[in-house]
Amino acid sequence: MTNKELILSVENLTKIFGGVVAVDNVSFTINKGEIFAVIGPNGAGKTTLFNMITGVLPSSSGNVYFQGKRLTRKKPYQIAQAGVTRTFQNLEVFDNMTVIENVMTGAHITMKTNILTAGLRLPAVVNEEVQTMERALRCLKDVGIAEFAYEMSDKLPYGNQRLLEIARAAISKPQLILLDEPMAGLNAEESRQLVDVILKMRADGMTFLFVEHDMETVMSISDRLVVLDNGVKIGEGTPEEIYQNPQVLAAYLGDDEEEGVEYA
Amino acid sequence: MTKKNLKLIYNNSLVGPCIFFALLFCIPLVGSTYTLAIFTMIGFYALVCIGLTMLTGYAGQISLGHAAFYGIGAYTSAYMTGTHGLSPWLAIIVGALISALVALLIGIPTFKLKGYYLALATLGFGIIVYTAFKELTQITGGSNGFFGIPSISLFGFEFVTDRSYFYLIWVFVFVALFIARNIIHSRIGRGLRSIEGSEIAADAVGVNLMKYKLQIFITSAIFTSISGSLLAHYVSFINPDLFTANTSIYLLIMVIIGGLSNIWGAIIGSATYVLLGELLKHYVPLILPNVGGEFEIVFFGLLLVLTLIYMPNGLVPQFEKVFSKFKKKGNATHMALTINTQATGGKTND
Repeated sequence: MTNKELILSVENLTKIFGGVVAVDNVSFTINKGEIFAVIGPNGAGKTTLFNMITGVLPSSSGNVYFQGKRLTRKKPYQIAQAGVTRTFQNLEVFDNMTVIENVMTGAHITMKTNILTAGLRLPAVVNEEVQTMERALRCLKDVGIAEFAYEMSDKLPYGNQRLLEIARAAISKPQLILLDEPMAGLNAEESRQLVDVILKMRADGMTFLFVEHDMETVMSISDRLVVLDNGVKIGEGTPEEIYQNPQVLAAYLGDDEEEGVEYA
Repeated sequence: MTKKNLKLIYNNSLVGPCIFFALLFCIPLVGSTYTLAIFTMIGFYALVCIGLTMLTGYAGQISLGHAAFYGIGAYTSAYMTGTHGLSPWLAIIVGALISALVALLIGIPTFKLKGYYLALATLGFGIIVYTAFKELTQITGGSNGFFGIPSISLFGFEFVTDRSYFYLIWVFVFVALFIARNIIHSRIGRGLRSIEGSEIAADAVGVNLMKYKLQIFITSAIFTSISGSLLAHYVSFINPDLFTANTSIYLLIMVIIGGLSNIWGAIIGSATYVLLGELLKHYVPLILPNVGGEFEIVFFGLLLVLTLIYMPNGLVPQFEKVFSKFKKKGNATHMALTINTQATGGKTND
């Protein structure tokens, strides 16, 4: 990135469960427009780190700053209001709604209707609904599932539900989208579709932080990444730098012959 | 894009509700006093159930304490008009405000709980309020009840006949139904339904869960309180036994039987409850002369279990099937709506 503008900084984030240090003093920063990945073997603390950034888990110590504002100890909905949205590894679409309503719910924080104006259905409410519907359709087109707009969301195939989650996360025009293992459970075709969507959105200026298992994707689309092992950051840099980082190779890639081959 | 496109998502048509209420408002022209009394009773429950459907069906929060708000409305009206001779309309508003305040105070601690714990907490709250009705004899008259609640009047017209009261309560139901539908077909409704869909995802898109649960709990408490106030003026005598935990359970049974995923379920459920209850009162003594009133709870309990097993979405989808046959004969817009309804299966958003 030529024009580096700091968007998220994670400072000495630590999580202790009982006597276990799940995440140990991890720090990194993300610049605007980057695709940033957090990788590591199972149990490395990726999900714990992710949950602390999204406000699902309180951190034991350390801070997260987003555009200079402290996110630590904020609730998830406040973090969304600050401009950080997310998707879920184990899909959390609203299965009691249609696809388009899911996306419109994503626009929640950008809307003004309150329970009184809604009850009376003032003209402003109707206008806002129409505009939101329009935006939602555009978002669905962007991720390529507009044809399913009026179907119940639980009828969608798995891969499309993941795309729906991305549309839902993107409609509020957040500054940063966090993706929790976005490739999990997708077949090759679906993964490719998802990568295309992410790259297209990045080209439009979106910043992504994602936690991922699938090394191929990580190495091909991320600009920079950090590697965690046993809760400790053991490497940070571009994919090329990570490949050459002896500590990472020793502790992670070199650990297991079979996996090493797969990742290469 | 125009307003018309919203119809692809929400069935906002006024045709159905208008036909329904037009037919309903003809009942006093042909019905007997008994019929009118039955339908008036359905109206009271329907008003409560509309609020309860929004809370339970759309936001997914179970309350077993709504009889408390029903009672708070009824006793506020009784006390203010009966003891102090104040305006019934003022009493309805004051009752609604008290209910809203109580809902707020009860809601803040209880909505930190989920599922069964929430149900138990609200059940406990209902029992406390019931005990208060019984013990605050200075205000409520205690177990003996509160006698001589005056009738309600508007611009000099007194609602004393069954016919006039029928219209009064159903106008309230009509207005409540529209307010509820407007809320559901909006940002607020999606916020509420997102809580039922997935709390963690609702939180992540910026829905303040606590605020939304409280808002809808308060709204449903207000609807319930208004219904209670109107009931007090209708029956002119109330006692604490109208507002027991059993009443709360019956209210929940009504919304479940009617259908939680649709606001019309409130009306269908309360009608089913009242009509079946009347049939039982007539026919059960003929078959089993020695049973007391307890057969009702057994019967409705059984009905609840059967509904949950065989029709988890309640009676509404059955009605929708019938109506969609009519719709198929309609124009292209109607076709689109029907297709939409089919695609969405049992869970439409009307």
